[in-house]
Amino acid sequence: MIIYGVYIVSKSGGLIFNLDNHVPRIEHEKTFTYPLDLVLDYDSKKVSVAFNRKDGINVGHVLVAVNGIHVNGITIEDGRDVKSTLEAAENYPINLKFSRPKMTTNEKIFLASMFYPLFAIASQLSPEPKSSGIELLEADTFTLHCFQTLTGIKFIVISETGLNGIDLLLRKVYELYSDYVLKNPFYSLEMPIRCELFDNKLQELLAQVEKTGISNIDK
Amino acid sequence: MTIFNLYIFDKCGTLMHYAEWNRTKKSGITGEEEAKLTYGMLFSIKSFVSKISPYDPREGFLYYKTNRYALHYLETPSGLKFVLNTDTTAINVKELLQQLYSKVWVEYVVRDPLWTPGNVVTSELFQSKLDEFIKQSPIFGIRNI
Repeated sequence: MIIYGVYIVSKSGGLIFNLDNHVPRIEHEKTFTYPLDLVLDYDSKKVSVAFNRKDGINVGHVLVAVNGIHVNGITIEDGRDVKSTLEAAENYPINLKFSRPKMTTNEKIFLASMFYPLFAIASQLSPEPKSSGIELLEADTFTLHCFQTLTGIKFIVISETGLNGIDLLLRKVYELYSDYVLKNPFYSLEMPIRCELFDNKLQELLAQVEKTGISNIDK
Repeated sequence: MTIFNLYIFDKCGTLMHYAEWNRTKKSGITGEEEAKLTYGMLFSIKSFVSKISPYDPREGFLYYKTNRYALHYLETPSGLKFVLNTDTTAINVKELLQQLYSKVWVEYVVRDPLWTPGNVVTSELFQSKLDEFIKQSPIFGIRNI
């Protein structure tokens, strides 16, 4: 069982904790001939694919290496500029390596605060009375489980699809939160969680769950 | 198991058709506003899912569940969106939506000479066939309260 990440969102909708447990590296390398059949977007910070996909290289993937040499933003590490290198026909055939971009901390904060209204609207649009917000959201590549406590804190776990008993894991994370965050005298509510003990215990819990399954968590 | 309501949106987000069965709670806003809110929420969920996904998604968002209902989502390659609200125990809803698309939408809307893409569906034949299709599906079932 794979748990990709754990997020904790405070009652006002801000991200107060996140843990990336298992981040898959998605990298694709391919040798291209001139002219390049991918349309690239030359940003000020990165070079990404804007159109076309090929052998796993998809729109949004970022260029990380040219001929095995690492790319730093828009310059290759040997000092050449990416754009002029890729536009010159004499450099071909050329080997390019693309990777799916990792989420930055800013993007995570942005996504966590985006989940908050989705949760609220889902309960408002309910065809049945007294509905809660989103408890489970399934996509083809992952499942998101959300548990909202009575005090309004949301615990979110992103895992692979088809797992049972994530609810139990969420309750256990809540327990760890109450034990190691709320009882920490240096922690103030609604603030980002920086408690080493909580980090360690959570990592231990996830490692245990990945190895032996959720049913074996000690209650 | 039961089915509550169905929204069909086109690629631009216009509500093409709305139908409901066994719905017990109104959202308290007009139908038009509710459709816009639903579409807006789904639009955000789609973008949320594509960003938070650890791998490149193919179909992306499939469904979500609350403690009272489940919202199932099917988007066709042409951007047509089927949104079906059922109770949380319903299974194989994706297959049902795919059949709804091929057996009802394509047959009675796409092949309707009086319908032009981008317009609201007013065909009575479609409405009655849709009703029949939903009511005979195993998910619709008998509601036990």
